[in-house]
Amino acid sequence: MRRTFAPWSDPDAKPLIRFENVTKRFGDAVAADNLTLNIFEGEFFCLLGPSGCGKTTLMRMLAGFEFPSEGVITLAGQNLAGVPPYRRPVNMMFQSYALFPHMSVEKNIAFGLKQDGLPKGEIVARVGEMLRLVQLEKLARRYPSQLSGGQRQRVALARALAKKPKVLLLDEPLGALDKKLREETQFELMDIQHDLGMTFIVVTHDQEEAMTMADRIAVMDHGRIVQVATPGEIYEQPKTRFIAEFVGDVNILEGHVLGQENGLWRVQTPSAEVPLTIDDPDEVLHSGQAVAIAVRPEKMVIQREWPGPDAINVLTGEVWDIGYLGDWTVYRVRLATGEILRVTRANASRFVENPIDWDEQVYITFAPDAAVILAE
Amino acid sequence: MTRRLSPFNVTALVLGFAFLYLPILLLVVYSFNASRLVTVWGGFSTRWYGMLFRNEALMEAAWVTFRIALLTASVATILGTLAALALTRYGRFPGLTLFTGMVYAPMVMPEVITGLSLLLFFVAIGLDRGFWTITLAHTTLTMCFVTVVVQARLVTFDRSLEEAAMDLGAPPLRTFFAVTLPLIAPSIVAGFLLAFTLSLDDLVIASFNTGPGATTLPIRIYSAVRLGLSPEVNAASTILIGIVTLGVIAATLLSKRSVIRSRRNAH
Repeated sequence: MRRTFAPWSDPDAKPLIRFENVTKRFGDAVAADNLTLNIFEGEFFCLLGPSGCGKTTLMRMLAGFEFPSEGVITLAGQNLAGVPPYRRPVNMMFQSYALFPHMSVEKNIAFGLKQDGLPKGEIVARVGEMLRLVQLEKLARRYPSQLSGGQRQRVALARALAKKPKVLLLDEPLGALDKKLREETQFELMDIQHDLGMTFIVVTHDQEEAMTMADRIAVMDHGRIVQVATPGEIYEQPKTRFIAEFVGDVNILEGHVLGQENGLWRVQTPSAEVPLTIDDPDEVLHSGQAVAIAVRPEKMVIQREWPGPDAINVLTGEVWDIGYLGDWTVYRVRLATGEILRVTRANASRFVENPIDWDEQVYITFAPDAAVILAE
Repeated sequence: MTRRLSPFNVTALVLGFAFLYLPILLLVVYSFNASRLVTVWGGFSTRWYGMLFRNEALMEAAWVTFRIALLTASVATILGTLAALALTRYGRFPGLTLFTGMVYAPMVMPEVITGLSLLLFFVAIGLDRGFWTITLAHTTLTMCFVTVVVQARLVTFDRSLEEAAMDLGAPPLRTFFAVTLPLIAPSIVAGFLLAFTLSLDDLVIASFNTGPGATTLPIRIYSAVRLGLSPEVNAASTILIGIVTLGVIAATLLSKRSVIRSRRNAH
């Protein structure tokens, strides 16, 4: 059972982790550019972005392997400046897992507990608990080289969790697993995080992974955070064209604003004969402004019949490609302007009579509130 | 690559190995010669080995050599490992190339020059030649071999292992002893064995820096041969060859295994 959990919308809530105007430079390269970010206790937080966007640097600054060039990072009110990695209440699961090859599974898990000087009995008990948590009791005496990729991943997770850190950092935790295992593990990670009530921060370049697991996602690009929001908001209300294109598939129609009618924007685009009608009341635009209209493929309707003279947001094209994915069918439709749109349709019934075929002329429509206006 | 051995390949292989090892093989065979004449085969015997162990001068030399080699290898291993760590871990610092070159220089420097310059140095600082000067000289020579072997391992070392240890609460020094050292240990042992065997069979540098009471086995054998060949020397040489061969094989296996293991763990 999931609780309603949204401390970020509570103005009185104190964040567990604060990045305040953090900048990190490596020579001339800027890996983090004046970042400010709050992460709350118990959150499953995802740093999402293409490789080289600075997400790993951000995580390494939290772990203590890098120090900010400017700005302050605090954890539970404590300034982390100058605190070495071995004195931070933060543990990390490495992308390569970084299991100690000369130690057995149980020794790997016990390593951090030994550093704390816990009594032997307690270490044994905690290691047992961790092995149960990741279901590896039978492999306690094996060495990492004798484990499969999925098993290694579990050992790495157990080792990082053993010390019960305030924050667990996970660097591309599922990157090395195959697709099926990845999906299972995603849900397992969510359950573990929920059960332990721990704060998880995951770095990933895989938007699906971020969408599935995270309470909130911070999308990063070129050392900046471009949007911090829940997965739903990121997907349905992307702030920039970069986010719209990076998270999920999207069709972009370029045009310029004609004006506002009854609270709806009218946008002229070369892709459609009649100006488009878009319901995106939050945008503040002026006439003549160049904008991009973003519409997700599943929010477009493809049909062979002419939708009639009163229909709004009608695009005409011919079917260029059809991809049958089982649960979905993807149509790639070529407009007169040469643009290719991607439209998906759920295969709700097993048999369709007279399905849409290659090279057919089709009409694509979408509702005014299915689209998002992105100021260029 | 073809796997078949053509007649040409076989010939080349046989000639090559014969060129390299025939003299040594001859020496080993004649160490089991019953005859006192080195060049005439008089049947199989191990009498020269028995004589050898009763020859006090030779045994004394062997003992000195062994002590020098052990001390040399120990000091060279520590210094060489530290040098390897510095060269791989400090990242790019001004003079890195120069330092790397300087560490490797003794490997390619003619031994006569190394020996002579060390002799001049020891004379200049007024150090009496003998056991300690040979040990110091051998350490200078063998340290770079340790560095090369250990460096090869460190280059493939996954740094995230050390980061993981620190992340789990181990300060840098404990991280080194709990994680880094056990993982690079095979290559350190390989370096040690290499240094040991190099010190064991060195003649040139040892003879430059030797003094009274510090005659090593190679020096003893060399001077014995100058007085006339004796089958005893053959026997002593055979034992020396055996030890060196074992040492080099062990060093090769250890460093190879250590590098392979590090690669396997990287995937």
